[in-house]
Amino acid sequence: MDNNNIIQIENVTRVYKVGETEVHALRGISCSIKKGGIVAIMGPSGSGKSTLMNIIGCLDNPSSGRYLLEGEEVSTFDKNKLALVRNKRIGFIFQSFNLLARTTALENTELPLVYSDVPRKKAKDMAMKALAQVGLEGRELHKTNQISGGEMQRVAIARALVNNPSMLLADEPTGNLDTKTGIEIMDIFKKLNQEQNITIILVTHDPEVSVIAHRRIYIRDGLIEREERE
Amino acid sequence: MNIIKISRVSLKALSRNKMRSFLTALGIIIGVGAVIAMVSIGQGAKAAVEDRFTSMGTNLLTIRSGSRSRGGLHGGAGSSQNLTEADAEAIGEADAVEYMSPQVSTRTQVKYGNKNWNTSIQGVGADYPMIRNWDLDIGSFFEANMVRAGQKVAVLGSEVNQNLFEGADPIGQVIRINRVPFRVVGVLKTKGEAGGWGSHDDQIVVPYTSAQRLTGRRARLNSIEVSSFTGRSQEAKMEIEEIMRIRHKIAPGADDDFRVSDMTEIAEAAGESTKILTILLAGIASVSLLVGGIGIMNIMLVSVTERIREIGIRMSVGAKERDILLQFLTEAIVLSIFGGILGILVGIVSSKLIANLAGWSTLISMGSIILAFVFSGSVGVFFGFYPARKASKLDPIEALRYE
Repeated sequence: MDNNNIIQIENVTRVYKVGETEVHALRGISCSIKKGGIVAIMGPSGSGKSTLMNIIGCLDNPSSGRYLLEGEEVSTFDKNKLALVRNKRIGFIFQSFNLLARTTALENTELPLVYSDVPRKKAKDMAMKALAQVGLEGRELHKTNQISGGEMQRVAIARALVNNPSMLLADEPTGNLDTKTGIEIMDIFKKLNQEQNITIILVTHDPEVSVIAHRRIYIRDGLIEREERE
Repeated sequence: MNIIKISRVSLKALSRNKMRSFLTALGIIIGVGAVIAMVSIGQGAKAAVEDRFTSMGTNLLTIRSGSRSRGGLHGGAGSSQNLTEADAEAIGEADAVEYMSPQVSTRTQVKYGNKNWNTSIQGVGADYPMIRNWDLDIGSFFEANMVRAGQKVAVLGSEVNQNLFEGADPIGQVIRINRVPFRVVGVLKTKGEAGGWGSHDDQIVVPYTSAQRLTGRRARLNSIEVSSFTGRSQEAKMEIEEIMRIRHKIAPGADDDFRVSDMTEIAEAAGESTKILTILLAGIASVSLLVGGIGIMNIMLVSVTERIREIGIRMSVGAKERDILLQFLTEAIVLSIFGGILGILVGIVSSKLIANLAGWSTLISMGSIILAFVFSGSVGVFFGFYPARKASKLDPIEALRYE
């Protein structure tokens, strides 16, 4: 096994039961992703890319097959262990930001640290640092209903970064933003990847977003259709 | 442990919705307040009843002649009229008996100057004030030698005093009881209603020997009143029964021709009925506490539904099932404890208000406060658990997608 692989997926399937019928969201996907790259998972809606993202993000377990995160087989983990993996090793960024309403940028950024054993004072320092990384110094005490969409997504990135995860998992991160703001967000991703060698996985259907990726994986009907590398 | 962190999260969530939090707690506030106020009414009634019995003398025993039975025909209690002075003296000698007073009562017209009054005449012994815990307002009670001599002296109840003398000094004045002149030597303190038997204060107390002359039935007593030493009333009762059975030559197994009644029994029965009243009131109030608990559950369920997205976000950044459970459970417990504390204040204030406005005696017991508080806390845990569990069992993917 290649130790440089942060993610190794082997023949993963995911079947949902909707009433009597079975829906095959993933039909057997195998791929591995190296540390330190930007990878775009692309495909039309209903292709299974969201299901794949949920499994990579440890929000869900595959129906069959193996998923190894940093060499550890997380596909066998129970809910609590998965929560711990999400807390320590994965940073999520969502299309709709998913920040807590009427809560300050700082408190939102601190959120993952509430669920880990970081002391309060240290948590605040870590959150301030993460907010500085995304260019939000001086905005720490602004509440989420007082800031723009681009700033909200920056807070979300700071929250994803705060616990020093192994990778960022971004689901259509620019989908709710205008083009200019979207480009700014993409620049933050590029910078984080270049300066800190953070692995970034982008799930998108937007070719403009995927230009920053070093590798593009196309999904269709629950299978990998093709791949592009730079 | 991160319980402190989670509690802080819960407090923040509650303070973000102050109005809703207060309304939710209101159910508990009213419930706890009602329990405390209702129990205080019940306890107050109980204390008032106990007080009244203590004022009558808790160690009091009364010996009455029993029913006369002749040829299978039973008369009513007291119909045999077979208690004698000798019986009374023998009873007075019993070990557990502290004071004894023979009793002869009648009812007749009393005159002083141009005023007259119909009242009850109690012929008693010199120990009567000790038996009844009854002090004199003015003057003095008659002595044992005056009783033996059958002196015509009288001690007035306060109501009789008021009616005959209207504020003038009665001591040394002569009143006529059934045309026989009696000299007034004292006035009893006001005692109030006798619980359905008219007023204690509407009577004249005279030596029983003199009263026997008024009734014309010498050597006969209506009853004998006895007070035992403290805590020995049961012992006294048994002793008296034995003495009486020997004196009246009652064969073993035959019916007694007398009856010894015991104040503690009556006091206990009355105490029992006020206890039932307390339980009843507390029961009614507990229903409102229960309704308050259901209110908390209802709001917590709404709150969980409203915050599904938030729960999803928390789970996506690593909140475990237990963390979410703890957060919502803490919210429910904080609400009910907050409600409990305010409810205790409301309960105390309203029981004071009831005491002042309705004139009932109320008694707030520490026990009812602790009970109400513990109960409200458990209501929080009990009714908070289901919504909290529901929140913790949410699927993070579904929760994140929830609009």
